[in-house]
Amino acid sequence: MRNIWTICAKELRSYFVSPIAYLLLTMFALIFGFFFWNALGYFVIEGMEMQMRGQTFPMNINEQIIRPLLSNASVVGLFFIPMITMRLFAEEKRSGTIELLATSPVRDIEVILGKWLAALILYACLLFFTALNFAFLFHYGKPDWKPLAVGYLGLLLQAGTLLALGTFISTLTKNQIIAGAATFGVCLLLWVLEWTSGYESATWAQVLSYLSVITHFESFAKGVIQAKDVVFYLTGIFLGLFFTARSMESLRWRS
Amino acid sequence: MIIVKDVTKRYARATAVDHVSFSVTKGQIVGFLGPNGAGKTTTMRILTCFLSPTSGTASVAGFDVLEQPFEVKKRIGYLPETPPLYPEMETAEYLRFVGKLKGLSGAELERRIDYVCDRCFIGDVKNKLLGKLSKGYRQRVGLAQAIIHNPDVLILDEPTAGLDPKQINETRDLIKGLAGDHTIILSTHILPEVEQTCEQVIIINKGKLVATDSVRNLQARTRGDESLLLEVAARDGQLDALTAQQKLEAVAGVSRVLCTEHKDASLLFEVQSQKGQLVRGDLARAVVAFGWDLYELRSAAKSLEEVFLQLTGSAAPVEAEKNPAIELPS
Repeated sequence: MRNIWTICAKELRSYFVSPIAYLLLTMFALIFGFFFWNALGYFVIEGMEMQMRGQTFPMNINEQIIRPLLSNASVVGLFFIPMITMRLFAEEKRSGTIELLATSPVRDIEVILGKWLAALILYACLLFFTALNFAFLFHYGKPDWKPLAVGYLGLLLQAGTLLALGTFISTLTKNQIIAGAATFGVCLLLWVLEWTSGYESATWAQVLSYLSVITHFESFAKGVIQAKDVVFYLTGIFLGLFFTARSMESLRWRS
Repeated sequence: MIIVKDVTKRYARATAVDHVSFSVTKGQIVGFLGPNGAGKTTTMRILTCFLSPTSGTASVAGFDVLEQPFEVKKRIGYLPETPPLYPEMETAEYLRFVGKLKGLSGAELERRIDYVCDRCFIGDVKNKLLGKLSKGYRQRVGLAQAIIHNPDVLILDEPTAGLDPKQINETRDLIKGLAGDHTIILSTHILPEVEQTCEQVIIINKGKLVATDSVRNLQARTRGDESLLLEVAARDGQLDALTAQQKLEAVAGVSRVLCTEHKDASLLFEVQSQKGQLVRGDLARAVVAFGWDLYELRSAAKSLEEVFLQLTGSAAPVEAEKNPAIELPS
């Protein structure tokens, strides 16, 4: 347990002493800020138009701003995850520091969990900037906080899955760019798999759609926790970290 | 302390280590010698549990590297060929990280950091980024991280590679100073290093064990008859090489004399004694009796280099033929 934290602290430190963390935070804050600004703009215009026409449909901040924005955040996150995970093991393999980790009295799984946790914490820091935006909604309106909290839980679970896969891919190569590109490909694929359900209802399409990470996020965005979605993400995290452990073990036999 | 039994490591295309067995007793410094690509690093990686052997067993301090790697890892300090440093960390911070990984904490950890900084002469770069350190400092920080948890066994892969002569001497002294409490295996392809630092030597070539013995025995084993170097000069400066050679050959116990070099005023001879004969005293007396000056008389013990070449069966390194890549227009 202590070792996990030692590794995690070291990883977090190297994110934050290098420009990586700041670059990612800045880009994410900018992009999400833009989404937020647009979503708010539509909401305000729509509200005004309704008043002018004398209609009094109920306007809902949760439904009309928070929910679509959470979905946006989950997609934007897909693009940032490869940049977070690509260095985790590839860099250690390239510089030879993996020899230090592998010959220290630390279990492989502790190293893996430490690194994955650090990546998750960095992702949580990105999400913090979305919370800054949402804080305005709470200041000027009265949105329900519970669906938002569920949304964040979903975002973290989804990111946990993709980060675990990214960590695994990072153990396969010495080259960060290869690790990053491959992770990006996988993230993108796991997103667009959902599109099959749009035109096809055969079993294979349902299976593909089920495998998409986005499908399982939708209920979280609505503020609903469904067991099947939680199980999906937890399974994803477990599998990703399991493969990472196997891959790390195979280093002892291969290289 | 270290027992390697019949260890083989095969990669996809090559066998790096081929049925190697040896053992090292506690407190020894052992030199692990071989040309580049002989399998030194692979053997060390097996001992540190970084790689698994294809077959055979190895144990450190009584713990098998395959069965109880965790126990083995606790007891070894390892300096890989390139020191495993994180360029974005400062020296003290890095040592703190490694110390924690090795199970140290609190005041004990801080005490050990101060100790290894002192021991490895890196106190003055404690707050510098590792990425900015010179090669010599990087190597010493690497050594410091290997000894931070005071391990029973130290495994050092080419600890003096890339250092300047002064740093090499300091590092050798440092390693010698660590012996006794620690059992040390160090690999190198620099032979004088083994002669100067180690008590025991293990020679491997192309993955196979060639010899394992004490440095002194190894020299003696390949020596045979005593061979002496002799430099003499005549008072008047007139000394004929041939007559001098004949005169020396007449000395009791001498089997062969060879004039190796003419200098301005002196002659250099290589004198081979008959088996089991000690001729040094007789030779000195004879030279004086002939009326010559004795400039030098010493035993030409074979350097480990010759021993090594003899054992590995490879010829002395020949300088590559000069083959200019760009031909100048004539």
